[in-house]
Amino acid sequence: MLQKRIIIGFLCFISSTLFAQEVKMASIREGFFVPLYGATSKKPVKVNTFSIDVFPVTNAQYLDFVKKNPAYSRSKIKGLFADKSYLIQWESDFNFGKNNLNDAPVTNVSWFAAKKYCECQGKRLPTMDEWEYVAMADEKRIDARAKENFNKYIMSWYEKPKTYLNPVGKTFKNYWGVYDMHGLVWEWTADFNSIFLSGESRKDKATDKNLFCGSGSINATDLMNYAAFMRYAFRGSLKANYTTKNLGFRCVKNK
Amino acid sequence: MKSDITQKSNISSNNRKYLLFILPFLVLFALFYSCDKKETTVKEKPISDLSIYNLPSKWTNQDGKNIEMKDLKGKVLVMVMIYTSCKSACPRLVADMRNIESRLPQDIKEKVQLVLVSIDPEVDTPNRLKSFSIENKMEGNQWVFLRSTEENTREFAAVLAVNYKKVSPIDFSHSNIISVFNNEGELVFQQEGLGVNSDATINKITEEAQKD
Repeated sequence: MLQKRIIIGFLCFISSTLFAQEVKMASIREGFFVPLYGATSKKPVKVNTFSIDVFPVTNAQYLDFVKKNPAYSRSKIKGLFADKSYLIQWESDFNFGKNNLNDAPVTNVSWFAAKKYCECQGKRLPTMDEWEYVAMADEKRIDARAKENFNKYIMSWYEKPKTYLNPVGKTFKNYWGVYDMHGLVWEWTADFNSIFLSGESRKDKATDKNLFCGSGSINATDLMNYAAFMRYAFRGSLKANYTTKNLGFRCVKNK
Repeated sequence: MKSDITQKSNISSNNRKYLLFILPFLVLFALFYSCDKKETTVKEKPISDLSIYNLPSKWTNQDGKNIEMKDLKGKVLVMVMIYTSCKSACPRLVADMRNIESRLPQDIKEKVQLVLVSIDPEVDTPNRLKSFSIENKMEGNQWVFLRSTEENTREFAAVLAVNYKKVSPIDFSHSNIISVFNNEGELVFQQEGLGVNSDATINKITEEAQKD
């Protein structure tokens, strides 16, 4: 029994090193930050050290996964795990077609499928706090959320159509060496379903109120809150089997 | 896998022994990574696409017994997510469940399973669930209390469209939803809110339980 465990542990080790070489990951140092949403009483949340994929998962990578796990192909996936528009932009089960770049982010994937993909790489989906922690960095700073230009950049992306068709790695490289946190696609997080925007908790309701009923003038903090609020609101509107054309994902791993 | 193949083709004859040694590892490795963990379905009747019996997660009940969702197959399931240390919404949700159970027609009771799933697996050990079931007079066979890992719980909540978040070490905010699954494990009805009128829920349970 113990031997078996050692062997499995050993294999895990080899496989994880193999995969680590295959997909570039960036190391994220632990730290504290106050997320827009979710921290009770505005206390900083701790994020432990972890690694994150430098780019979102691409069509080519996802195709590879689907070939190895045909149960997750377009025609085979169970309705419980993905709705009808799962991979709808692909030409067929094992072909993403000519209209999709091999290095464009895969989209129209459900939370279940994204989760499974990461598990098969020996990884997992990032938590919302982990994702936001990485996403608050610009080229030079760990936390650029209060910078006007940074927020303007994010907001201008929200207005740009069809960025999901672009290849990965063409937006800016942030402090951690991670690309495309903003400017390409929205991304799944492990605990996307921990958001309350329907007013089930009084505290959360207060957050809504603060956002919507803020003072008239727009300053950097308002912009920052608005940019992040869009993400939280989007996550709050999702269900685990939903798929949409501007929603992709990337994986993380504990250090 | 690609790297394994190129590796193999490059191996010269005097490296055969080495190959023999690592081959079993490669095979194991392939098995390990095929990721087809446990997706074999029960022989008799195929499980429908939308069924929660497709979930591979393992759960423990209030008696410390390990079960999977598909072990509940064949019964109409009434499910809710709670945590036992909850002081505000859950007692009312639990009361709603008891109320639903007490109003079920006698002749269908056998066909209905009422399931309470913990969103706080850390605190809600099987023992704790057991004493909760005793305190709340939910000891009959019709009551099942389940807990699993945090990840499986998050996944199950995703299936029920229940949102929850730990807001302090002892408190969670969570959606108040009671879900009804037919005997194939498909979600057929949801009652949202606290202390709402359960007539529609009871009607749906009855309707599903009378089907065969």
